[in-house]
Amino acid sequence: MKVLAAMSGGVDSAVAAARAVDAGHDVVGVHLALSRMPGTLRTGSRGCCTIEDSMDAQRVANLIGIPYYVWDFSERFKLDVVDDFIAEYSAGRTPNPCLRCNEKIKFAALMEKALDLGFDAVATGHYATIETDADGNRELHRAADWAKDQSYVLGVLTADQLAHSMFPLGSTPSKAEVRAEAAARGFSVASKPDSHDICFIPDGDTRGWLAERVGAEPGDILDRAGEKLGTHEGAAAFTVGQRKGLNIGYPADDGKPRFVLEVRPKTNEVVVGPREALELAEIAGSRFSWAGLPPRELASSPSETLDCMIQIRAHADPVPATLRQDGPELVAIPDEPLGGVAPGQSCVIYLGTRVLGQFTIDRTVSASPEPAIPSPAL
Amino acid sequence: MTVYLDHAATTPMLPAAREAWLDALGLVGNPSSIHSDGQNAKRMLEEARERVAASLGCDPIEIVFTSGGTESVNLAIKGLYWAAVAADPERRRILVPRGEHHATVDTVEWLERHEGAIVHWLPVDEYGRVSPAEVESALSSHADSALVTLLWANNEVGTIQPVADIVALATKYGVPAHADAVAAYRHLPVDFAASGLAALSVSAHKIGGPLGMGALVLSRKATVVPLIHGGGQQRQVRSGTQDAPAAHAFAAAAEHPVSDLSALRDELIAGVAGAVPSAILRGDPVNRLDNNAHFTFPGCEGDSLLFLLDAAGISVSTGSACQAGIPEASHVLIGMGLGEQEARGALRFTLGHTSTRADIRALVAALPSAHEKAVRAGLATRETAKGTR
Repeated sequence: MKVLAAMSGGVDSAVAAARAVDAGHDVVGVHLALSRMPGTLRTGSRGCCTIEDSMDAQRVANLIGIPYYVWDFSERFKLDVVDDFIAEYSAGRTPNPCLRCNEKIKFAALMEKALDLGFDAVATGHYATIETDADGNRELHRAADWAKDQSYVLGVLTADQLAHSMFPLGSTPSKAEVRAEAAARGFSVASKPDSHDICFIPDGDTRGWLAERVGAEPGDILDRAGEKLGTHEGAAAFTVGQRKGLNIGYPADDGKPRFVLEVRPKTNEVVVGPREALELAEIAGSRFSWAGLPPRELASSPSETLDCMIQIRAHADPVPATLRQDGPELVAIPDEPLGGVAPGQSCVIYLGTRVLGQFTIDRTVSASPEPAIPSPAL
Repeated sequence: MTVYLDHAATTPMLPAAREAWLDALGLVGNPSSIHSDGQNAKRMLEEARERVAASLGCDPIEIVFTSGGTESVNLAIKGLYWAAVAADPERRRILVPRGEHHATVDTVEWLERHEGAIVHWLPVDEYGRVSPAEVESALSSHADSALVTLLWANNEVGTIQPVADIVALATKYGVPAHADAVAAYRHLPVDFAASGLAALSVSAHKIGGPLGMGALVLSRKATVVPLIHGGGQQRQVRSGTQDAPAAHAFAAAAEHPVSDLSALRDELIAGVAGAVPSAILRGDPVNRLDNNAHFTFPGCEGDSLLFLLDAAGISVSTGSACQAGIPEASHVLIGMGLGEQEARGALRFTLGHTSTRADIRALVAALPSAHEKAVRAGLATRETAKGTR
């Protein structure tokens, strides 16, 4: 097969490209230029898409003997990932930009260009596996190493995208093994630190970065009854579930810590309350996709349900839930009330190791009935 | 064996230059040393200076060897600007056409940011050509001009500038002029003495000489403030041990007979136009370098075409190769009035001493299918179909 290996300059995509070559494919390395600041150099472990990363990727391509190119997707990345990130926070939601990048850039803009130019597949260094069922349909599964598993951020892939995806690292037992293999292959990136956090916020200060772009006006901190408890420096910087940084100055009546329950960007209000109020009985979203065939159980009627596992963050534990499709939206009812959920996050649906699909959370129902929390204004 | 159609990026070293270089590498001696070994090296260096000077129509003393075109341009522009400001602090204006090489663009922008220069951008027409009338209008309305700098011929689109007319105007207003002749050298007659220029930049590897070697021709009458300080070699203008072997090889390349490539170029232009009728020739259709054919291909990315042609064993360029490998819309084409999307569809084909008609046939044969795929892939900025295919 003609395979395009997406090479970030990190150790994972380097080994993935090398394995694709070893598997006998005709491989071409491509580094995505996503930053509009090509002159930046990586410092420490943070950031990506720098000149240094591009050079690292090119040196690996030289070593494994494949052609190498830099393709510019910076404009699309800015529109679909960076601007989307800002817009989501401005709307009081908590987006996952890595997932958005996979959905819009790596497995969409890049993959489509690759297929149009004559490639059969795109290989990446993601930790996930693809299996084929008895009928030849492709399924997305967790990686062998659950600690490194990245199936959550791939939950947005569709059947068509899976058909042209290749994850050569998915069955590797551990990241240490990938590093050892990189060292054995003589890659200079063998001991390069992992990238962390959000690539376009190199110093890791998400709140500061957002404040510069979203703007920040002081506003009210309210309790669930609408009583003003204090003021904040800008609602967009808050995330549902956040405890630190409220600075209300006096304790709640019951002496328990307060958490952000809701962010209302339109009125610049932040609603706080006890931890129990974060526990949700139901989460739902109308923006969903299936990573392969849609489950048959849900196809027939709204009363049909599916027992599954759901995961609401990249490194959260999956929890058991019941899934149903209700008109235009998918609804998940966790067996136990579920905390740590913020609108804008993706709820990825698993059946064992298999990723069924995902939805972006846009509606939640609290598990604590009194007093009622209005659903986030969207 | 690849088909090499990127001679403007660099051209294969001429056998005569390679032999001269290898022979010279066997010698020992710093040209600045007083002993006989030093004197031998000095002799080779000065003979090379004379031979390069002969190829440029200047006196040997006017040749300052540098590390290449970029250093020459930096020394000319910064050096002439600083000297002008030192003589008259009011003279801070640099006249520069749009669509210059990055060596010039980034240098004048640096002077603007750090040294108080006023960069006066001169418009260019649809071919990338600057009009003498614009130069005259700028010179007559601004008494603070320190310098005029321009490409002799554009490195991307091949358009030849009206250098003689512009230098005559600069001279009339008493303003020194510099020409970047890196792309023009050995493709057009360059006679420094007749040109009236204060300075002129050339590079050795673009004419079949070694990389890392170039020259600034600096008129006896011109004053520049040096960039590099040290031992004071070369008129106190450019310090550093002089590279006699590279100069020797440069001289061999400078003496190599020039052949006119325009018939081959016209065949290339006709071939591309026949293979892809929608392709648009950019740059001046008549007054262009004999080795340059530049096109935009509507609806596709130049880098897609470059990739597909590379896979077919054909080396071409999207334009200037100086953007850290990251394709960007060419500022030359933007300066000529093209939109961002149009400009992203650019490909430059450049010929040189190894080019043959077979190279052109190979390009013309590979282009239609590459173009078809590249059009399908479209522009990177398009909306994606999101996995529906």
